[in-house]
Amino acid sequence: MHPAPSVIIFTTFSGLGFGLLYFLGFGVPDVSGVTAFVFFAIAFGLAVGGLLASTFHLGHPERAWKAFSQWKSSWLSREGICAVAALLVMGLYAIGVIFLGQRWVFLGLLGSILSLATVFTTSMIYAQLKTIPRWNMWATPAMFITFSIAGGSLLAGAESLAPKLMAVAGVVQLIYWAMGDKAFQRAGTDLGSATGLGDRGSVRAFEPPHTGTNYLLREFVHIVGRKHAQKLRIISFALAFVLPILLIIAPVDGIVIKHLFALFAVLSHIAGVVVSRWLFFAQAEHVVGLYYGKR
Amino acid sequence: MTQLPQSTDRKMGLVIDLDTCVGCHACVISCKGWNTENYGAPLSDQDAYGADPSGTFLNRVHSYEVQPAEGHAQLVHFPKSCLHCEDAPCVTVCPTGASYKRVEDGIVLVNESDCIGCGLCAWSCPYGARELDMAEGVMKKCTLCVDRIYNENLPEVDRVPSCVRTCPAGARHFGDLGDPDSDVSKLVAEREGMDLMPEMGTKPVNKYLPPRPKDTVEDQIDILAPLLAPVAEEPKGFMGWLDKALDKVPGGAN
Repeated sequence: MHPAPSVIIFTTFSGLGFGLLYFLGFGVPDVSGVTAFVFFAIAFGLAVGGLLASTFHLGHPERAWKAFSQWKSSWLSREGICAVAALLVMGLYAIGVIFLGQRWVFLGLLGSILSLATVFTTSMIYAQLKTIPRWNMWATPAMFITFSIAGGSLLAGAESLAPKLMAVAGVVQLIYWAMGDKAFQRAGTDLGSATGLGDRGSVRAFEPPHTGTNYLLREFVHIVGRKHAQKLRIISFALAFVLPILLIIAPVDGIVIKHLFALFAVLSHIAGVVVSRWLFFAQAEHVVGLYYGKR
Repeated sequence: MTQLPQSTDRKMGLVIDLDTCVGCHACVISCKGWNTENYGAPLSDQDAYGADPSGTFLNRVHSYEVQPAEGHAQLVHFPKSCLHCEDAPCVTVCPTGASYKRVEDGIVLVNESDCIGCGLCAWSCPYGARELDMAEGVMKKCTLCVDRIYNENLPEVDRVPSCVRTCPAGARHFGDLGDPDSDVSKLVAEREGMDLMPEMGTKPVNKYLPPRPKDTVEDQIDILAPLLAPVAEEPKGFMGWLDKALDKVPGGAN
């Protein structure tokens, strides 16, 4: 799949933003007034910024509002509804925390659930696609949710919880990669089943339908960069999980150093997740590539 | 609404004969022509006369080589367009309701004024039947020439999809695949018509007729061959000496 910057930015930052909202809904960190305002501003900035980025790849962004209508069948529609509901509920909750010194527990809990539901619906947009075996598995939602919670705990400054959640997300990432590498073969689709000619012999794409490229090849057959996949996996894993965990558990004194380390941990985590998301798209193989003799 | 209908009154679709298709691409051109001038947004081209031309097509013809375990390889021309699946994933993923499957005839269509161009329907289609038009920003797909097949302004002979009307080899057939007594259904039954990627669970309406088995080329190409004198058997005389002498020279291929 073509790793479009808009979807990489969208999934990374909205995941992080909703992860932070999830913790804020539970009163972690327990802040109020100006400090709370800063936390909510960061969370909303990431979540809303990510959602806006996702509209950049639309052919007709001005019609995006129509996407709220088909929640009965479409995960993309459900995501839109969940996202707006989560932002509205958390917005009300934030007003209480910031301006009224009130923490409405029920509203926070509802907002937390909706925030996580948004991340889940995002992941299901990808996980539902049978055409992309590497996404069509339970590890995809597991990865999105654990990443979001781990990133959220990091931003929320949950010192004791964050390293554990980061470790869980790291393990899920490894499972996702291991399962994903076998997914296409397990799906059992090849040029033989694609053409229905497989039982007559080995099928080879002899001549493509056109000399140039097309939308399908641009969108679904992205081979450039896959050769560095293993190196990028190591870079991604180190930046997203290993380095942040080390930075948080590092026994340093002084509030400035601690905050500086936390900042580096967040930046490192974001960079790592961006690389992971790039791989998520670049390594995903759509079965339509088979018709062109490609993966 | 992008929920699929429980069932459709008819299942209009195509039957494509892989035995007959000669790979001339006439269906591709007639499809592009008709669908650019009629229903919906035109099928645009980008850099059509430049170094990197590309464009939107609803029908494309691939060519595959099939190499059996024994015998000669076979070339199969393979037209591919929307299969108007009964369980069309492109319809249910659509967030706006722009994609729909018609109850009356099972045709899968896009309401272009509702399409936001998110591309998810193309992601969900295993066959590459949907292409986002770069000029219009909306999803284009085969309409089964919905503006021809019911069009009473056209002579009756033209009330079939443009690709079917054009095919010079008669490799494309159009009809109701939900009616077991229709010509297309009989053809599918007789020739053991098949689904593409059945493991995807899309239940395509369009069927493909497999190529008929090829004649095997015998070793003996003609019954009169044994009666013909061989051109040369063992070389004799000067040629025989030369053959032996050259065999003794080192460095030969044998």
